Amino acid sequence: MTMKTSTRQVDGVAIVDCSGRITLGEGSVILRDAVRELLSKGQKKILLNLGEVTYIDSSGIGELVSAFTTVRNQGGELKLLNLTKKVHDLLQITKLYTVFDVRDDEAGAVKAFS
Amino acid sequence: MGDVSGLRAGSQTLAMTELRVSYTLDSTLETVDNAEQTASRIATETGFDEDEVMQISMAVREAAVNAVLHGNAYDPDKKVKLDFERTSQDLVITIRDQGKGLDLDKIPDPLAPENLLKTSGRGIFLIRSFMDEVQIHPSMTGTEIKLVKHVHGTSEDVKEASQ
Repeated sequence: MTMKTSTRQVDGVAIVDCSGRITLGEGSVILRDAVRELLSKGQKKILLNLGEVTYIDSSGIGELVSAFTTVRNQGGELKLLNLTKKVHDLLQITKLYTVFDVRDDEAGAVKAFS
Repeated sequence: MGDVSGLRAGSQTLAMTELRVSYTLDSTLETVDNAEQTASRIATETGFDEDEVMQISMAVREAAVNAVLHGNAYDPDKKVKLDFERTSQDLVITIRDQGKGLDLDKIPDPLAPENLLKTSGRGIFLIRSFMDEVQIHPSMTGTEIKLVKHVHGTSEDVKEASQ
């Protein structure tokens, strides 16, 4: 399954619902484009909902890191929501779990944006 | 395990679990997906559980990415060779490229604090995390990476059977 994103707005936070595979090539590019588009519109509070992400490779992990630092460098915040076990485990072994603000409750995540 | 007894009974019964298959693939992103899917299928057939199948297929994907991107640099004249060998004890996967040879000294530790926010450099680390044994052999004519995952319980069974 290829990567798909759709974005919705909740209380000033852009929630990007991601599904499919975030892998080298198309998947990573689609995520990058979604985040860039939000930033270009001045949307700097971004919540990536990864609940329907079935697979992520090292390129996809790199893309999440890139999104995180890009948003932060522009004075914004990027958080992650609803990690699957696979993605959770990958972020654990790469020691990125504590770098990202990871949430499992959408309403709580939205409130957590400053 | 019945199949292990069969293996020990004689070479004519090895076909039940032994496998040796080799692919020569173009240096494309499609190859990366194909390598991952083939690894997933063979790992499943070998009897690995869901998590292990994911680990094996991901390790193969990362090795294929290295071969296609960093080794062969998408050169249409260069090929990626992918071998699967299954014995009673191991699934051994070998991926070879025709690049300049990976410089192992230049692979940074992705867990070092200064590297945590790097956007690349985690492939070899993930491969090592997911497989039981990893051997990397760079040379002037390319890099060969051998990935080994032990098949469950067979070492113990073989040990018992030989006593």
